[in-house]
Amino acid sequence: MGFWRDPITFIGAWLRDLLVNTGLSPMGAELIGIVLGAGLLATSAMLLVIFLIWVERKLIGRIQDRFGPNRVGPWGIFQPVADMLKIFTKEYITPIGADKLAYNIAPVLAVASVLMVWAVIPFSFTVVGADLSVGFLFILAVGALGEMGYILAGWGSNNKYALLGAFRTIAQLISYEVPMIISALIPIMFAGTLSVTGIVLAQDIWFIIIAPAAALVFFIASVARIGRAPFDLAEAESELVAGYNIEYSGLKFGMFFVAEFLQAFTMALIFATIFLGGWRGPGAEQFPILGFLYLLIKTSAVYFITILFRATLPRFRIDQMMALNWKILTPFSLSIVLVMALVGRLVASSPDVFRVAVFLAVNAVLLVAVDRLITLNKRKPPREVGSRNRPVAQAEVLPAQSDPGASE
Amino acid sequence: MTGLQIIFLIVTGVTLFSAIMVVSVRKMIHAVLWLVQTLLGVAILFITLQASFFAVVQILVFIGAISILILFSVMLASRVIQDSSPQVVKKWWLPALVATLLLGLLVNFLALWPGFETTLVELPEGSDNIAELGHVLISPEGYIIPFELASILLLAALIGAIYIAIDRKEPQSS
Repeated sequence: MGFWRDPITFIGAWLRDLLVNTGLSPMGAELIGIVLGAGLLATSAMLLVIFLIWVERKLIGRIQDRFGPNRVGPWGIFQPVADMLKIFTKEYITPIGADKLAYNIAPVLAVASVLMVWAVIPFSFTVVGADLSVGFLFILAVGALGEMGYILAGWGSNNKYALLGAFRTIAQLISYEVPMIISALIPIMFAGTLSVTGIVLAQDIWFIIIAPAAALVFFIASVARIGRAPFDLAEAESELVAGYNIEYSGLKFGMFFVAEFLQAFTMALIFATIFLGGWRGPGAEQFPILGFLYLLIKTSAVYFITILFRATLPRFRIDQMMALNWKILTPFSLSIVLVMALVGRLVASSPDVFRVAVFLAVNAVLLVAVDRLITLNKRKPPREVGSRNRPVAQAEVLPAQSDPGASE
Repeated sequence: MTGLQIIFLIVTGVTLFSAIMVVSVRKMIHAVLWLVQTLLGVAILFITLQASFFAVVQILVFIGAISILILFSVMLASRVIQDSSPQVVKKWWLPALVATLLLGLLVNFLALWPGFETTLVELPEGSDNIAELGHVLISPEGYIIPFELASILLLAALIGAIYIAIDRKEPQSS
């Protein structure tokens, strides 16, 4: 009966017993269990990406009144598998003058930094990779390793477009890290711990109910972090020659692709964990397997909203993106932290219903105030930077091409 | 020799080797990458001392912020990233002599230091050293004054950066 209540712990205990009975020391058995668990988690995360790519293409197809993939398998569900097999067979091209070390290590860093986040996320009451006391800081820190990967990809490719793309991406990631971290302080403050398990356990009332404003800021910043529309100007397919990954081909490009989709899902996972109560739900303590289900449903809901964003919103201009970050989200998140800390202190010993009501009222006031401030400032047109002269190639100023074939 | 000691030795070796590589490789970007590895090694040393907060902050601040800043400045500042001048200065023996003397003195002093006899104390399971750190940082008996001074310094740096970077309203010519 233990199996159906909590399959992963059950299998883990069974495997440990088996290994100890075959004469392995308990520490060795533990080590093998950890290695197997990490491998299993990373593999299932990567396999999940295949499914996510299909879901996203299908949904966006439907939203745009298309069918989406519908040729390979039922409802086209094996289309990403076919794409993956194709990408395996492609040639690796290393550009001349590329920095081999940086060029090859970058895709690995990009994927690893996302997978490392999964190590500290609690998936159910009993299943968590590592319950670090600094779990949430760990999530932010490994994100920094991913930024390292992007900048190495841009620089290592020996391509000016790649380098510029990397600069754009890094500028966006670093900027939006600020409101993201500040708004994530609210759950940490209410939970009183940095441990992700602790944050989940503290959510008798989901933090999105106590702090909807912080959740909104965190969600916007996380959409910007994953570089999805409306923040996809770092590699806007319709306007640019791609971003930092322009020189990559084959599986190395595939790894960046996987990292991007996995990052999107992981951000939804983090949001669900720190604002939507993680694995918590009715009966999740008694039947830990339900925790997986609850977490999956919550994460999918958040991920679905991300896809809706991508399908419906137009792209930001770079100055709009930076203005949104530095002039609205960062001061807003700072004021949320200040106000919530003060109010939280004042109503700390009140009954829950009263507390939630006060928090909701404070959040509503903050949201309305920010909305009014934005509306008031909108009347001033932004000062134009640079000149109106756009350096567009025009036919009359182009040098006459005598022999198009022999331009080298 | 315990497992912890073996890990310590390996990590120290890698860290020291990377630190030497930082100052000896030709390409500036590679030097930064070696620096990143050195900082990661230090972070692992913090973990072996059960100071996980410092380990994570080490990665977050030094790798996530400072190394990326260094990478940016290296890419933007030096037109030729690869330096081809000789790596050893003339009269290299003089600084080498001074450094050796200094090292000898330091080793002599440290050999007398009683701190070497201290054994590693295992922290009790579940002890929350972040909360302790927070209390110490803001309590008047603790380190409130250095903490506030550091914040003022950072604020000054921030204002200075804004002052340098600000777009002064010049009279528009057109």
